[in-house]
Amino acid sequence: MTVLDRRQAVVELLKDRRGLAVVAGLGSPAYDVFAAGDHDLNFYNWGAMGSATMTGLGLALAQPDRPIAVFTGDGEMLMGLGAFATIAQHQPNNLSIIILDNGRYAETGQQATATGLGADLAGIAQASGIAQSRMIDQPAALPGLRAAIHACAGTQVAVLKIAVADLPRALPLRDGVAIKHRVQRALTGQITI
Amino acid sequence: MIAEPDQAIHSWQRDIFASLTAAKISHVGYVPDGGHKGLIQLCQQSSAMGTTVLTTEEEGIGLSAGLALGGVRSALLMQSSGVGNCINMFSLAESCRFPLVLFITMRGEWAEFVPWQIPMGKRTANILAELDFDIFRVEQAGDAAPFSQAALDHAFQADRRVAVILAQRLIGRKNWQK
Repeated sequence: MTVLDRRQAVVELLKDRRGLAVVAGLGSPAYDVFAAGDHDLNFYNWGAMGSATMTGLGLALAQPDRPIAVFTGDGEMLMGLGAFATIAQHQPNNLSIIILDNGRYAETGQQATATGLGADLAGIAQASGIAQSRMIDQPAALPGLRAAIHACAGTQVAVLKIAVADLPRALPLRDGVAIKHRVQRALTGQITI
Repeated sequence: MIAEPDQAIHSWQRDIFASLTAAKISHVGYVPDGGHKGLIQLCQQSSAMGTTVLTTEEEGIGLSAGLALGGVRSALLMQSSGVGNCINMFSLAESCRFPLVLFITMRGEWAEFVPWQIPMGKRTANILAELDFDIFRVEQAGDAAPFSQAALDHAFQADRRVAVILAQRLIGRKNWQK
């Protein structure tokens, strides 16, 4: 198995993103998404570990004609595995869940996660009812994944096997209200209050 | 179907449902509770209401936030025990000032049969208050409509986290005899 460079992989997936809205899970996935280029349609999490995929589901249901991508890590995904089953009951066409899986808790000292010890997130997603779930470890597969994100042809889960790396942090906006309002304005033309 | 007093659709549940639709709530996430059965049924029967059954209550906080980002109003139904499952997840709503609406059926406060319900039951309101929720406690069936309407206005007009707490006495005794 080869492994991907996380930053390069996220840049590739967010290339020519058009109307794609992104939910970025806390820690490294948020840094990767920000490092690929800040965008009004990026919702960055700085906490609430375990929430990113469910926020993505809500957004996908609210904006059914727009592609929605969640970028999260193996650590966060393992904290909310039930979300696979919850998402499977709706299977929104426009939802892609991209899991950046290095088998480590990168933010806290590279301790092994359960995927580092053998758990298979793509298999769990598939068994939860999301048929289009797969592991990706080849850069050549990324353009196809990007096309699938924009094609909105069913909920998909892609587990990207990425290298363990100690990368410089790229820190997005931390003010949650500002992040929310920026996304709401970009999506709906108005903020809720 | 076995007729149980705690499992019929009560008038106060119809009032809550009417308040939800009047406030343009179009999605409800829930972890079932006997006290919510009638309201869940009303939501599922309505073509205007999307529903999501959650594997754990904390999923609902993310769901609600995502819906709000995309311009859709939602509410969550859970039992008092579920509040305990959500504590850190509520930080998403607080940090981003998302409106968040919880309808909470109480256990552990009135003629309780299961001692294990008492720890969260006794502390639900205090925990929510500590987390800066605004609390609307319904003791009488006639209060369900005005309290629900007020809570929903509060949530969506002032971007607040609100909890409509439905007293166990209102819900009625669970039937342990069958």
